[in-house]
Amino acid sequence: MSLFGFSLKPRRQKQSAQVAKDRLQILLAHERSRGADTADFLPQLQNDVIAVIRKYVQVADNDVDIRMEKGSDISSIEINIEIPADAPRKRTARG
Amino acid sequence: MTSQMKEEAPLGKVIVITSGKGGVGKTTSAAAISAGLAKLGHKTVVIDFDVGLRNLDMIMGCERRVVFDFINVIQGDARLKQALIKDKRLDTLFILPTSQTRDKDALTQEGVEAVLNELKEEFDYIICDSPAGIERGAQMAMYFADEAIVVTNPEVSSVRDSDRVLGLLNSKTKRAENGDDEPVSARVLLTRHDQARIDKGEMMTVEDVLEILAVPLLGIVPESPAVLRASNIGTPVVLGDPCAAASAYEDAVARITGEEIEMRVETDRGPGFLQKLFGRTA
Repeated sequence: MSLFGFSLKPRRQKQSAQVAKDRLQILLAHERSRGADTADFLPQLQNDVIAVIRKYVQVADNDVDIRMEKGSDISSIEINIEIPADAPRKRTARG
Repeated sequence: MTSQMKEEAPLGKVIVITSGKGGVGKTTSAAAISAGLAKLGHKTVVIDFDVGLRNLDMIMGCERRVVFDFINVIQGDARLKQALIKDKRLDTLFILPTSQTRDKDALTQEGVEAVLNELKEEFDYIICDSPAGIERGAQMAMYFADEAIVVTNPEVSSVRDSDRVLGLLNSKTKRAENGDDEPVSARVLLTRHDQARIDKGEMMTVEDVLEILAVPLLGIVPESPAVLRASNIGTPVVLGDPCAAASAYEDAVARITGEEIEMRVETDRGPGFLQKLFGRTA
């Protein structure tokens, strides 16, 4: 038994409180280093990517999918572009 | 009024009670802490910054005595002395209620500063009860603070929001913008602490939360039915019947005044008596 609130005994394996702590530590490491608004550029990035792709291939808005995965050390941005097999090619990108 | 000037100048310390997340116990804590300070003889005023959603007056039990409010004073419609409500239980305690009809834009930085400066001339502690969120009302409540009490529940969304608020205290306050000043001194007040759930591994421990937030601890307030009872009758917890939450707030208040008191967690139920006895011998 602990007289004070501090846990004097080791906790059993991975309980929900431990999961909460782990999730917070990873999340807050990100939010602190780059501010909470970091992912705000993703919509703009998506528009820009679509614009670039459209210079070459005709794609619809929802053919481009952008995801961000935050890990504890690095983050990755994954961009998936679906190009329909019958997408008309644009030969005139450079005029 | 019987306000007798003390020999020395008032302390004039501005403390914001903030949290980011709503419902964690900011107003309960603001009421308990200001009443606790006043009970020790410090002249204390507690200000409601939650413009539009006035509630401090209910928790303090003075809701039927509100005539003028904080916004009236800022806008020059009333003098500060007219808006301050003197507590009926403690003659060192005053409440400055907020407006129920205006919105947050009525809080101007210059207006808030003028009111706080006037209060500093007379009060030892000026407790600013922040609204939830991180918008204008919350920013105004923290901007002029010397110290901050970040009320946190041992729960993921509360801890995350507390972390955001700690970031704002370090960047969006007068002390932060004024490079020469000491930064706002921030401490965490952990509320709704439940030892039984911690023992079951269902709730983050005090250490877990402190490790994540990396600021000192002001106190641990146990989950207690006395808190709801106190708000039901409009009495700050520390002015009601003795209970674990009240003693936790009293400890926190003593720490605010600079006393060093060992951290302890009491509960209203369970093996209380002996535990309390031993807990107090330190």
